[in-house]
Amino acid sequence: MIMEIDDVSFDYAGKPVLDSVRFRVRKGEVLGILGPNGSGKTTLLKIMNRNLSPKTGSIMVEDMDIAKITKREIAQSMAVVPQGSEINFAFTVADIVLMGRMPSLDRFQMESDDDLRIVWNAMQRTKVDHLADRPINQVSGGERQRAIIARALAQVPRIILMDEPTLHLDVNHQLEVLYLVHGLSREQGLTVIIVSHDLSLVARYCDKMILIHDHAIEAAGKVEDVLTEENMRKVFNIEAHLDYDERIGRHVVSVIRPCR
Amino acid sequence: MIDPVGIEKGVELFRKRSVKWTITLTGLCVLLFLAMMLSLSRGALDISFMGLLDILFGGGTDIENRVVWQLRFPRVVMAMFVGAGLAVSGVAMQGLFRNPMASPFILGLSSGAAFGAALAMVFGITLLPGYLAIPSMAFAFCLLTLFIVYNIARVGGRVPVETLLLAGIAVGAFFSALVNLMTYLAGEELQGIVFWMMGDLTQFGWENIYIVIPMVLIGATIVMYYSRDLNAMMLGDNHAQNLGIEVAKVRIHLLVACAMATAAAVAFVGIIGFVGLVIPHVMRLIVGPDHRILVPTSIFAGAIFLILADVLARWVLAPQVLPIGIITALIGAPYFVYLLRRRRKEVGW
Repeated sequence: MIMEIDDVSFDYAGKPVLDSVRFRVRKGEVLGILGPNGSGKTTLLKIMNRNLSPKTGSIMVEDMDIAKITKREIAQSMAVVPQGSEINFAFTVADIVLMGRMPSLDRFQMESDDDLRIVWNAMQRTKVDHLADRPINQVSGGERQRAIIARALAQVPRIILMDEPTLHLDVNHQLEVLYLVHGLSREQGLTVIIVSHDLSLVARYCDKMILIHDHAIEAAGKVEDVLTEENMRKVFNIEAHLDYDERIGRHVVSVIRPCR
Repeated sequence: MIDPVGIEKGVELFRKRSVKWTITLTGLCVLLFLAMMLSLSRGALDISFMGLLDILFGGGTDIENRVVWQLRFPRVVMAMFVGAGLAVSGVAMQGLFRNPMASPFILGLSSGAAFGAALAMVFGITLLPGYLAIPSMAFAFCLLTLFIVYNIARVGGRVPVETLLLAGIAVGAFFSALVNLMTYLAGEELQGIVFWMMGDLTQFGWENIYIVIPMVLIGATIVMYYSRDLNAMMLGDNHAQNLGIEVAKVRIHLLVACAMATAAAVAFVGIIGFVGLVIPHVMRLIVGPDHRILVPTSIFAGAIFLILADVLARWVLAPQVLPIGIITALIGAPYFVYLLRRRRKEVGW
């Protein structure tokens, strides 16, 4: 198990946000954490990355309790792609991606040629290398998001945690980014955890998924076992069913109508 | 998908940048040297460049030696370290607050430090004895001001430009008023404090310089130490944490460094405004936002700027010497207005 979340609970000023959440992530799998807005999934992501400390429970990453290791050690095994964030100043795209090497470098150590190759490779993979010396505040939201994903790849992490990764992306870039991380999980054993409210995205790209409802895990397991008509009705309040599309070899969600 | 030729080209791009950094720093070293030479040679007694070289290597008349070594040299050294201290404090604060308008003067730190220093001067209230009396009080009140302004300005974990500026102006005005009150009460025997409030490079000796130098060096070293972290922190706290930075700890260390450098700058020469604001901005336009180059270049540029401002202060109404704070404000304030006008457009903020 590359990641173990054990009995994690959290509340904001007495209002429960997560209630004894527990699950395990296997190396190399693509895991989706799905839930409607306000279900607590963003809080869960922040706790998994130790931006927040849970009230109870623990998170183990590669057999290390993240409460007991430094942020730097966490960043060496796990990279995070936050939701599209505004960046208001003129760092170039290359500068931003280069920051991905920070957790691996000693203070005052300049990036070696190997570091620069890793960075450039990541930029090519997310197709932002042609923007290398453009200021990040002058590229589109999608390009910026791809630069942040490149930065995460430049960390050379074993786990990559993505928060609504497709929010600002055009449909072609959505596909490219998800193909990319999916491919990395298959080829290099990268563990990918995607937090999203997007049913189709999770159904299509994830090996396993966790459905969060009312601050707790409603169901977990393979996509076809979790996204049942009953679960989708209960959690998302929609009439929908899951189909297997043979042309692409993936699951797709057909939404029929909102529930009465 | 992966193109090895492209990768080598990319590596080349990064290499070019470090060459550019080296050139910029070397250029600033040369400029600093020239500014020092200019300041040592200009004044009531003008000395030619060759004459100055002669004096520096032990020649020259007695008068020339007295003027250069006893009158001008301490001024140059003080201006250099005060300028460096204000600039490094400004660059760190702008990064920390993610805010282009932050600077020790605008945020009231200079006034807070001045109040602490004035308490020591007028009432003899001190934390540490002897030569450390004034700077220690300046440092303590600098920290206090920073804490007050930051907490007033913070709105739910964020520090918006508007509240930060307003809080800084209000707190700064309050401390300035207190200093004025003390000046008023202190009467004529402390006329010197009036000049000191305007930023004055005349009332100090080597014993003061020996305190300013280490304080500025410590402040600058801390900011340099965290320059890479500052880059990541400018993207936001969550980005910085995700890149492995202990944000809360780094922020506190940097704030103490800012207070240290500001207090050193204010303690003996008073309030010199706008250096900490303008210098980091100009350097950001030239070298970009990366703090690993922005911090050292700002330190050099701050030193150069204040040495040159001092030359102007001595020259404009010669033989009278203007308080240097007047010069920096006359140059800095219009630039500040200009920045407000074009904020977020081309500067990149």
